[in-house]
Amino acid sequence: MRLPAPTKSQPVRTEQIILFRVSGQLFAVSSASVKEVRSVDTLSGAAKEIAQAGLRKVRHIVQRGEHSLYVVNGAMHFGLPPYAPALVFVLRHTRTALLVDGIEKMTTMTRLQALPQAFCNDERDWYRGVTAIDQTVVPVVKPEGFLTPDELFLLDSSLQSNEAAGAAPLGFKGAGLDPTIANDSPSEATLLESLPDVPVNSASDIPVNADPGAAPLGFKGAGLDPTPSTMDPASLPR
Amino acid sequence: MSPQTQTDSESFVLLRLAERRFAVAAGDIAELVAPSRIFRFPHHTKEIEGVILRRGRIVPVCDVAARLIGKSLLSRRFYLIAQRRYTNGTEWIALPVTGDCELIFAEMIPASEADLPHVSGWLSHDGDVIEVLNLNALTPGPNPTILPAPTEALQQEALS
Repeated sequence: MRLPAPTKSQPVRTEQIILFRVSGQLFAVSSASVKEVRSVDTLSGAAKEIAQAGLRKVRHIVQRGEHSLYVVNGAMHFGLPPYAPALVFVLRHTRTALLVDGIEKMTTMTRLQALPQAFCNDERDWYRGVTAIDQTVVPVVKPEGFLTPDELFLLDSSLQSNEAAGAAPLGFKGAGLDPTIANDSPSEATLLESLPDVPVNSASDIPVNADPGAAPLGFKGAGLDPTPSTMDPASLPR
Repeated sequence: MSPQTQTDSESFVLLRLAERRFAVAAGDIAELVAPSRIFRFPHHTKEIEGVILRRGRIVPVCDVAARLIGKSLLSRRFYLIAQRRYTNGTEWIALPVTGDCELIFAEMIPASEADLPHVSGWLSHDGDVIEVLNLNALTPGPNPTILPAPTEALQQEALS
């Protein structure tokens, strides 16, 4: 008598995610979607203010070669109370640099549940779904959901107007701790009172995850990395 | 109860919201559970309070009291987990209730055109006339029909 061959269990598909906070609220993002993590301080001087009255969540732009990244205030995007962002996530395949409070930890998710259909408004564009981590439900953000095509069009138009007007680069003050990002009408003097300029494309700006399939993340000046240019994800709190 | 009556009767779960009772078709009910931690995250669907974890599923919590009795519930005793139908399947939704629920058999009188969309019918029980709820109309979900934008409608009218 031959016993049936034991069935091999399918390996569980996992996805590495970064748990981060915006205005104290916990979110997750696929680590493969994050090209770089930078300290807000390191953007000083590289950021230019843009005046787009219809889009309060974007007040600055960072020029990176031919591309421009719009700096999205995460708290404003989600309608949360203003809070002091300390880090910026440069999101892969988007033109978004996202201001966040900080990173909680890196972990893996084994199951992503689609956002329940009862959620039927903007949040469907914000989230890929929800996952349960340590008995806590965390929404997993959609990187392309921070700026809609319409918003990008508005911003691009505003940028062209700004360039025509010859706007000068402005820096972030106090890593976004001040109301210059959250406040609707900051004074230019406040914005100019910035930290020393650090060029965006400095020698330490080497994206660890250059290709989408590679181990993600380059941490720069975020105070998380013991070495200046490389980063071991395992060193993050889990 | 005669066999004929049994055939005509349907089963409903009576739920309590403050002083009022409402009914939901028993076939739409998954379970009644004690309140558990609600997880909240930013969204713009005002009827949804947050989500709970139940049997590995993430279930949205929808307080229907504001719509049915005109005020939100200050306290809740259970979550009645019901199935909400969508065009592409069903999903669980948790309805906070303030008291015990009861399974009854009764005949439903279908709603008339004058009734609100969330009323699928009426039934009589213990001297009360009780609304039978249509959860598809009562709880939020994607709009099944996408109406043309006003400008498009005007253009279509002009073309026709």
